[in-house]
Amino acid sequence: MSQAISAELSPDGIQIERHWQELATRRRAYSWLIGICLLVTVAGSLWFANESNAGKFFDRLPHFFDFAGDLVPRDGWEVWRALFDLPSPYFDGSLKYDYPEGRVYLFGGFYFPEYFYKMLETLNIAILSTLVGFIFGFFFCFLAAKNLVRNGLVRGIVRRFMEILRAFPEIVIAGFFAAILSLGPIPAMFAVGIHTIGALGKLFFEVVENADMKADEGLRAAGANWFERVGFGIVPQVMPNFMSYALLRLEINVRASTIIGAVGGGGIGEELRLSIGRGHQAKTLAIVLLLLVTIIAVDQFSAWLRRRLVGNQAFAFGGKQS
Amino acid sequence: MNALSSTAIADFETRYPEVFNPPLWKRFMPLFIAAGIVLYVAYCWWFFSIGTVIAGGQWQRAELYARDWISYAVKATVKMTPEATTVSYPRFSELGDNPNPDWIVKADNNITVRFGSGKALDINDQQVVATRGGESLTILIEPDGAKPQGPLPKWAALKEDQVTVNFGFAGQADIIPQRVVISRRFLGWANFIFDTASPFWNKSLGEVASMIVSGERIKPEMSNAALAFDNIWYNASWQHGDVWTKLLQTIVMAFMGTLLATLVSFPLAFVAARNIMPNFFANQITKRFFDFLRSVDMLIWALFFTRAFGPGPLAGISAIFFTDTGTLGKVYSETLENIDDKQREGVKSVGASPANVQRYGVVPQVLPVFASQALYFWESNTRSATIIGAVGAGGIGLKLWEAMRTNTNWHNVAYMVVLILIVIFIFDNISNALRSRLTGKQG
Repeated sequence: MSQAISAELSPDGIQIERHWQELATRRRAYSWLIGICLLVTVAGSLWFANESNAGKFFDRLPHFFDFAGDLVPRDGWEVWRALFDLPSPYFDGSLKYDYPEGRVYLFGGFYFPEYFYKMLETLNIAILSTLVGFIFGFFFCFLAAKNLVRNGLVRGIVRRFMEILRAFPEIVIAGFFAAILSLGPIPAMFAVGIHTIGALGKLFFEVVENADMKADEGLRAAGANWFERVGFGIVPQVMPNFMSYALLRLEINVRASTIIGAVGGGGIGEELRLSIGRGHQAKTLAIVLLLLVTIIAVDQFSAWLRRRLVGNQAFAFGGKQS
Repeated sequence: MNALSSTAIADFETRYPEVFNPPLWKRFMPLFIAAGIVLYVAYCWWFFSIGTVIAGGQWQRAELYARDWISYAVKATVKMTPEATTVSYPRFSELGDNPNPDWIVKADNNITVRFGSGKALDINDQQVVATRGGESLTILIEPDGAKPQGPLPKWAALKEDQVTVNFGFAGQADIIPQRVVISRRFLGWANFIFDTASPFWNKSLGEVASMIVSGERIKPEMSNAALAFDNIWYNASWQHGDVWTKLLQTIVMAFMGTLLATLVSFPLAFVAARNIMPNFFANQITKRFFDFLRSVDMLIWALFFTRAFGPGPLAGISAIFFTDTGTLGKVYSETLENIDDKQREGVKSVGASPANVQRYGVVPQVLPVFASQALYFWESNTRSATIIGAVGAGGIGLKLWEAMRTNTNWHNVAYMVVLILIVIFIFDNISNALRSRLTGKQG
């Protein structure tokens, strides 16, 4: 083939052809090299993960299926009974099937199970910390925007401050406040809230920097001061985007507060961890179902509201922690 | 500038009623929202009894804990008897087995403890004299308690029979009959490289280097360099080896989890994309499967796999793998649904097989986007891998959480936080650099 081509090509063409072949060979060699490196890294990583795990993968695999098998409910109603904490026919005196502990009695004999209350707790942590993050992020973002604050020092300080809030691992903030306030939902709120201030502040000031400055110019020409310019020129433009980002953050925060809860922040996360640890299969499934429904509901609600606020533009990433 | 006539104003008002006379609810909307927020915050205040918890918090400890991040305290006890005044140190003191610090000066039966410039404690068996910033306080030591003479300065406090003298950051001393308990604080991390049990402890860099290069073997079975490494790796108070292994676990968890998720969600996304797989049921099933993986939170997967595989990075990898297969699958299939159809048509029109249509008509368009998304997730998982570790799914999270729960190891917490921040910083930059090369612009 190459013989045939080179027969037809001029001397210059042959040189170009040879050069191209060289480049292609080199490129292939690099691809192979990267591929082999990746393969070695993957093999090493998997070996390391398996070695440092408490149980080895192939030893534990049967137990995994046992565990999954145990979770299968014995009859169609078991999960529903657990979800609403109704009397179970399997009741044997243990807390495995009925959960009288922590029932919240509304009136008379009417109650709802503990984990509904815990779910509410987790949701409230998420909403309140998003609110706190929104309010502080809102006030900080204008100070960090290039088009509103000419002073580089102020901008730099505010931006670095938000970066620190964002980069600091949430779990450390939670642990620090847990040492002062003792374990509970409030350290979790601090942790999620502080992280949210940093995360939302960054997104907000990027929105502000992309705002249309014509309104601001007009206000300045009419003699408005800085606060009036921000309040009447910028805020109305950026508010839909701010709200959309805050809602996205709410989705993330519901998940984050569940996780922090499992570590010791109270709420549904802790309930789930205890339930799995104690082998209460029906209850575990009930909590997973409750969480699944709540998360999907929050996601759908937020997506609906965002679509109303800003159309389809803010759907670049699905609810993903940054 | 012409003023508008009243007829013109009336004309405007009739023409744009929605601007000049908005409905009541629209006019007071901001007020309603603000009121709603205030009500909600009040409700949460009651729900979590925030006021009580915050008032009951031990805020004075916050400063102490924050201080422990970057400094350490050396404890010493001075015992006074008419025969002799002696200084003793706890068994595992930061100063080693035979401490002889220069801030404690012995002269006969007198001991002077220096707490920096202008701050000192002079101790003998009769009395203790504390000096701080020009003021001084004499405390007589009597069998029934310590008796301060004269008015107490702000930096001293009397509680029953003991006096506590506070020297600020430099430390404090409790004067109890017959003994003085001293806590002297220094900036920095104590014995960060070698612990006190190591033969290299308290040696300068030059001395350690010469011991490693030309010194006699301290332990006959291993070279000095190996011994030095061993001592650092198993440093009793900092546990470098353990911390670094756990950190590597966290990195591996994020890397493997994201890689596996990318590999699995890549083919599945083709099945889920409407325009590539025209089968409605296949689309819907794959999409709902992605939704399920995504909505069952990373926490739930982490708890399940920890239970199944035992605590360790395997659980973490699986948790990240499952969650991100869902999220990446969703993002990928949405990207695929938005591709330019012309290239596929072109490849199809020259008679390519269905597989080749995807390979040459679709993949080149989406590959940069896919890779950049995967990198973005890798970066973000490096952060979240810390936290799922705390529930037992491997990595540094659990170690961090345990160090915090002891309430005394805040310097270890600081060390781990610094390492995590460095790792996140490096990976952020790698991922950003790769992404901007892939997409051809600043990511």
